[in-house]
Amino acid sequence: MKPVGRAGLLRAGIFFLLLALIPVLGAPGWLLTTLIFTVMYAGLASSWNLVGGYAGYPSLGHVAFFGIGAYAIGLVFTNSVGSGFEPFLLLPVIGVAVGLLSIPVGWIAMRTRADVFAIVTITLLFITQTLAFNLKDLTGGAQGKSVAPPPFPVETFDWPFYYAMVVMLAIAMAISLYFRRSKIGLSLATVRADEDKAHGIGVRVTAVKLLAFAVSCGLVAMIGGVWAYYVGFIYPQFAVDPLITIGMVLMAFLGGRGTLWGPVLGAFILVPAQEYFAQTFGASELYLLAYAAVFIVIMLFLPRGILPSVSERLARRRLAARGPGESPGTDAARPVDPAVRMEAAR
Amino acid sequence: MHALIQAIILGILTGGVYALMASGQTLIFGIMKIVNLAQGALVVLGAYLTYTLFTTFGLDPFLSIVITTPLLFLVGVVVQRVLIRPLRGSDVAELSLLVTFAVALAIEGALSFAYGSTLTNVQPAYANSSWTVLGFQVSVVRFVAFVLSLVLLAALYFILQRTKFGRSVRATVQNPASAELLGVNASRVSAIGFGLGAATAAAAGSVFGMLNAFNPGSHYDLISRLLTVVVLGGLGSIGGSVIAALVMGVASSIVSAEAAPIWGDFTFFVVLLLVLLLRPRGLFGARVRGAL
Repeated sequence: MKPVGRAGLLRAGIFFLLLALIPVLGAPGWLLTTLIFTVMYAGLASSWNLVGGYAGYPSLGHVAFFGIGAYAIGLVFTNSVGSGFEPFLLLPVIGVAVGLLSIPVGWIAMRTRADVFAIVTITLLFITQTLAFNLKDLTGGAQGKSVAPPPFPVETFDWPFYYAMVVMLAIAMAISLYFRRSKIGLSLATVRADEDKAHGIGVRVTAVKLLAFAVSCGLVAMIGGVWAYYVGFIYPQFAVDPLITIGMVLMAFLGGRGTLWGPVLGAFILVPAQEYFAQTFGASELYLLAYAAVFIVIMLFLPRGILPSVSERLARRRLAARGPGESPGTDAARPVDPAVRMEAAR
Repeated sequence: MHALIQAIILGILTGGVYALMASGQTLIFGIMKIVNLAQGALVVLGAYLTYTLFTTFGLDPFLSIVITTPLLFLVGVVVQRVLIRPLRGSDVAELSLLVTFAVALAIEGALSFAYGSTLTNVQPAYANSSWTVLGFQVSVVRFVAFVLSLVLLAALYFILQRTKFGRSVRATVQNPASAELLGVNASRVSAIGFGLGAATAAAAGSVFGMLNAFNPGSHYDLISRLLTVVVLGGLGSIGGSVIAALVMGVASSIVSAEAAPIWGDFTFFVVLLLVLLLRPRGLFGARVRGAL
């Protein structure tokens, strides 16, 4: 795969530097809260993208693992969080544990192709939520489960959570980048394009799919853990909320699935928009309608997402700018179909 | 033993209603190779329409089917025409799956806006009456619902097997390209097929509203069950999905009676996992395309 150019590193450096500086520069509380959720969704969408984008397996049940991560934090830190940083230290353990847990689930679910896979993952979501409601000894059922409040000073209370979310996003993006540049990404691209053929020419499709699934689920669970610690109260209908799954999928689709920055872009567009509409309209029922409308508009008019569409248009313009000097008649000079190029660049 | 037989009776009666919902799902999949994630939401929509017709106009829930079915048929046709047909590209299957999901969300959103999210229930006077046959309780609503489902399934079977439209549907399912060459208007077949699928959801919804308390979010629960039934029956085989619906109805009813109701829900998931492990193509996987 293509190496990371200096421009790419610079872009990522500036992006994360900005994110890191925002609290220090004295962002107001409401902005930081919005940013925490924006970065959280950017991380979730980037993690989803590992499976849904690169491998082409659209999971609709990722929030199940989000919820498991949330409850893990809730279970361990019901009474005390010590200095306040212990929950963050537990996150890697949660990530690895949930990643391992997801392997058998993924192995079964991925015996099927995209459509049935989506079915199985939806069922997984429903089952996890039912379990959360009914295993009352563990989860507190509908009464919910609380996490002990952290002893952070009031004025910088949000900071640890914010930085935790930023770190999670950085990890998710770093893994995406690593996938793209290694043989894993290449194998995933073949799975996405034509799994049977890929299998036929010796790509280890099952291993690479499961790897992507496990990493993706582990990351989502870790983010779920940070979320639970931040909100402090875990209810089944919010920890295993279908809307979170939809959010991940929608943002990845909006920005461009199978791209590094697409899910991030999608999150930075949709979450602030959602906050704004929530402020303006208030009624939560309208969310669903707005979500559905955005979803349908994307599917119908921008099925590949913003980034691929924009770069395709740029590529076309560049070709047009080169002018008719290069005769379009010969094969060598014929413009490569941008779609093919995009596919190759993945 | 008595409790077991009682549970089996209950399961068969419930299974009949699932069969009706699942047959529409299967029809849509057979024609367009689309997994319709909005089927559950369409059922809930049908239930709410029945609820309104019943509470506002006092129309009997079973009679309201005469109104809800054509209405949802139209909704189905519009959804197919406006949202699904324009989809292009290599990953149409994935996109259409997500579009139907978006339709489900839109229906859920509209219903929560109109009715709020409290659980409701359609309660005609005979809702709780039952017959006692050989010492076993048979709920009137469930029995009539079961018979009605059988009648509607028979009607669907008749449409598919005996009418010109049914022949073009079956031709499209077998081979869309050759069907089109032979003069079948595939786009029209798809639209009507989607409409028929939605219509079965409407009929099932009227019944569902009498048997279960529901709210706009009920469709997640429903679609998980429905999809299990459809996968178990082998995607694309209507006969298979009917048998699978009966099997699941009985299995979950027995588990609910012998263990606890929440484990009844889990039967669906366990069965789905077993099917995927042992026989991913389902019990009656349509080996020959076009078995329907």
